[in-house]
Amino acid sequence: MTVLACVALPLLAPVLITALHRWPNPREAVTLLTSAGLFLLVYSLHDDVLHGARPAIDLLEPLPGLVIGFEVEPLGMLFALLASFLWMVTSVYSIGYMRSHHEWRQTSYYSYFSLALGSAMGIAFAGNLFTLFIFYELLTLMTYPLVTHAGDDAAREGGRMYLGYLLGTSVILLLLALVWTWSLTGTLDFRAGGILEGAVTPGIASILLVLFIFGIGKAAVMPFHLWLPAAMVAPTPVSALLHAVAVVKAGVFTILKVAIYIFGIDFLAEIPATQWLMYVAAATILLAAFIALRQDNLKLRLAWSTVSQLSYIVLCALLVTPLGIVGGSMHIVMHAFAKITLFFCAGAILITTHKTRISEMNGIGRRMPWTMAAFTVGALSMIGVPPTAGFISKWYILLGAIEAQQLFAVGVIIVGTLLNAAYFLPIVYAAFFRAPESNPKHEYKDAPGEAPLAVVVALTVTATGTVALFFLPDIPLELALQLAGGNK
Amino acid sequence: MLISNLPALQVVIPLVSAPVCLLLRNPRHAWTCALITSWVVLAIAVLLVQKIFAGGTITYAIGAWATPWGIGYRIDMAGALMILIIAAIGAIVMPYAWHSVQHEIENRNVGLFYTCYLLCLTGLLGIVVTGDAFNLFVFLEISSLSSYVLISLGSTRRALTAAFQYLVMGTIGATFILIGIGFLYMMTGTLNMVDLAQRLPDVADTRTIRVAFAFVTVGVSIKLALFPLHLWLPNAYTFAPSVVSAFIAATATKVGVYVLLRFFFTVFGIHFSFAAMHVGEILMLLAVAAILVASLVAVFQDNVKRMLAYSSVAQIGYIILGISLASVDGVSAGMLHLFNHAVIKGALFLAMGCIFLRLGSVELRDMHGLARQMPWTMAAFVVGGLSLVGIPLTAGFISKWYLVSAVLAEGYWPLAVLILVSSLLALMYIWRVVEAAYFFVPGAAMHKVKEAPAIMLIPTWLLIGANLYFGVNAGLVSGIARQGANILIGQGVQ
Repeated sequence: MTVLACVALPLLAPVLITALHRWPNPREAVTLLTSAGLFLLVYSLHDDVLHGARPAIDLLEPLPGLVIGFEVEPLGMLFALLASFLWMVTSVYSIGYMRSHHEWRQTSYYSYFSLALGSAMGIAFAGNLFTLFIFYELLTLMTYPLVTHAGDDAAREGGRMYLGYLLGTSVILLLLALVWTWSLTGTLDFRAGGILEGAVTPGIASILLVLFIFGIGKAAVMPFHLWLPAAMVAPTPVSALLHAVAVVKAGVFTILKVAIYIFGIDFLAEIPATQWLMYVAAATILLAAFIALRQDNLKLRLAWSTVSQLSYIVLCALLVTPLGIVGGSMHIVMHAFAKITLFFCAGAILITTHKTRISEMNGIGRRMPWTMAAFTVGALSMIGVPPTAGFISKWYILLGAIEAQQLFAVGVIIVGTLLNAAYFLPIVYAAFFRAPESNPKHEYKDAPGEAPLAVVVALTVTATGTVALFFLPDIPLELALQLAGGNK
Repeated sequence: MLISNLPALQVVIPLVSAPVCLLLRNPRHAWTCALITSWVVLAIAVLLVQKIFAGGTITYAIGAWATPWGIGYRIDMAGALMILIIAAIGAIVMPYAWHSVQHEIENRNVGLFYTCYLLCLTGLLGIVVTGDAFNLFVFLEISSLSSYVLISLGSTRRALTAAFQYLVMGTIGATFILIGIGFLYMMTGTLNMVDLAQRLPDVADTRTIRVAFAFVTVGVSIKLALFPLHLWLPNAYTFAPSVVSAFIAATATKVGVYVLLRFFFTVFGIHFSFAAMHVGEILMLLAVAAILVASLVAVFQDNVKRMLAYSSVAQIGYIILGISLASVDGVSAGMLHLFNHAVIKGALFLAMGCIFLRLGSVELRDMHGLARQMPWTMAAFVVGGLSLVGIPLTAGFISKWYLVSAVLAEGYWPLAVLILVSSLLALMYIWRVVEAAYFFVPGAAMHKVKEAPAIMLIPTWLLIGANLYFGVNAGLVSGIARQGANILIGQGVQ
């Protein structure tokens, strides 16, 4: 029942949010309470799952043999914990951001945010690939109004890209892969060791794998990545939670699920396409990083960095070793904390100084020390410098690559790290050590130094989390190890 | 007594009520008469379908004259599905009709409108229940002639040319069907479909029967607007009164498909139709062309009703594609989509009717910013549109799933890709409307537009609700479709 409540709670909260649309404070209270309640619910499942329990519930059977049902396993637990925790923080941030930015349509904003989280929970706890697909599509549709929140021409264009890429890939490639898998195996259940082994030849499996990897457009593997920069027209909290955590992580989460439970990593190793898709993921890592280097808009640079980082996780799934799986699952969490911090900082800079370009941010660290300190922590974690969370996941990814004897992958990860440093450290350097170009007195006269309290609190929490996860990575690590161990 | 005569009552009640509507000169009385009739028709349909569920195929001799001398009615599972679609759509559309008809049709013609509507209902139901080939032709003509009148009652003068165009095409189709049935009668000496099916194999290898098959196929294809014989449809749907667009889009072409199924599987038999005459390959080719061309044309339409009309041509392509596979999976996928598409298109055209009532236009450029003024109507359109695209949790998704798996089971994977790609085209044309209504700056007159009345919104949302319900609980309909397909294909094998 708890499982069902986890999905239903955020899907039902919008009723209350809409009912309270005249009273902003109670309305936001609903969001805060729902997110806190959701996190507690998800956390209450955590202990049982670690001890091997697999709470499950079947809801409906729309088609004979195809069930909409939920089942909690370690990877889903990990994703649900992550998304629900960061939703709490983002809700605090949203309130500060939306109010000080005087955004319109705030009721629908909070409603769709809650619906999007409900969809993400559905993805996390999906008991089979069919259910996962349903919530995957639902997430796309529920986030569309958030991406196009501004309602202007730019939002419409961005929304068109968003919907076109995500629905296009999922409807044509992913759905085809789903129906095909179903017609070959007669099931879409998630099973340890996969369902495809023995049912298909490696040749067919190769085609299926290609369909899956590219069909899961939310993972933004090139050439289906352009929706992610386009989605940056959204308000910053949306970019932060959805396009650094919920949506993109739902993509790589789906890829990991498919790799582990549909193909099975042993069978994946026998498929010729695995190696080739790894090259595609590697190319995405490097190309996106090069493009990130050239972006002057801070949110866009973060978006391209996300494209690059997501492919680390795709790469991990394709390494087909247990340590690779651990690395990939850990990177879902570690990257999320770092990237959400960076987006929070970008939003804080936007609402206090109305600046979006990196070239205008010289000396901004003097004015917003908290924000830029948090930004530095996030940046270091992205590079993988201890003592930040990014080091842990990168460590396991490298171990996985070495275990798989993929020296090529090791090389890509190292070059990717250097590129990370190359596009993040200059921002930190300029913020703290360069003098502001224009007259600082004139520039900052009417505005206070830091962003509103709610915003600063939120980004401090995630930055602290980024450091804390280096010292205490137990919760995600135990789940990841169980995932990889249970699958050996 | 009443129960045993249900098949006859199903047709007779709307037939008798039709002239009553003409005699009741007051529009409100005529509407009440039509409303009560269509609800009674639905009740009978539900009883009939229950009976078929319980006891299988129903046969009924009109006036107790035994076949083949008298006219026999025969309703199997596929027919039950059709009756349910027609009666349900008719019953849902009627409460909606009041405001819409008052707005679009002159007072003196309202009685005529409801008369023709009931006649059309009679014809469509008659086609489904009859087991007699000539009787089928008669009912087909009743429904066609009344729909010519219904379309010509549209509020612009172009409705007249649209109706005339339909009249010409429809009459050619009817003539072809009649010629085909004449040939069949000539060769077998019977008009009863079951008897025809028994006697045809003996004379199947004659030129006359092959020509009869060709005439019937082409004639019915015109009626169901199979590409490239669809040219009458876009104008007819665009310029017809809103209620008529919704009713005809949801039922008339579907009944055409049903007639095709009857002839291919029951009368001629699957072996003759698909193995000897190779109609499967031809249909598949035309279906693919319909899906691609009509979807592409729909993307470029600025009149939303016309856009939906072209979309209907494409969706008929999906249905025919399923049937062309001649497998149980394929035919049941086709029949399932036939049901789902009726629910989808009915809902979308009803939403358009709401918009036409308030806006006086369904042109995209007039709909800028409409979502603020008519949030419920536009929300209905969005959900219906998503169902048309085939997003999970909607009826359209179930159709697509079945169709793709039926196509894959036969090994036609390029067709699977085609189906999925064209569903993306559907997203493109639906989203043009969404962007116009939600994103563009409203015109000066927009603030005066109000939401449609509840009596129109409720039927619209009923159909939208059906879209969602059949999206999560498709077991019932897919079960009926599968049984229907089993019966159809089983008959052919005999």
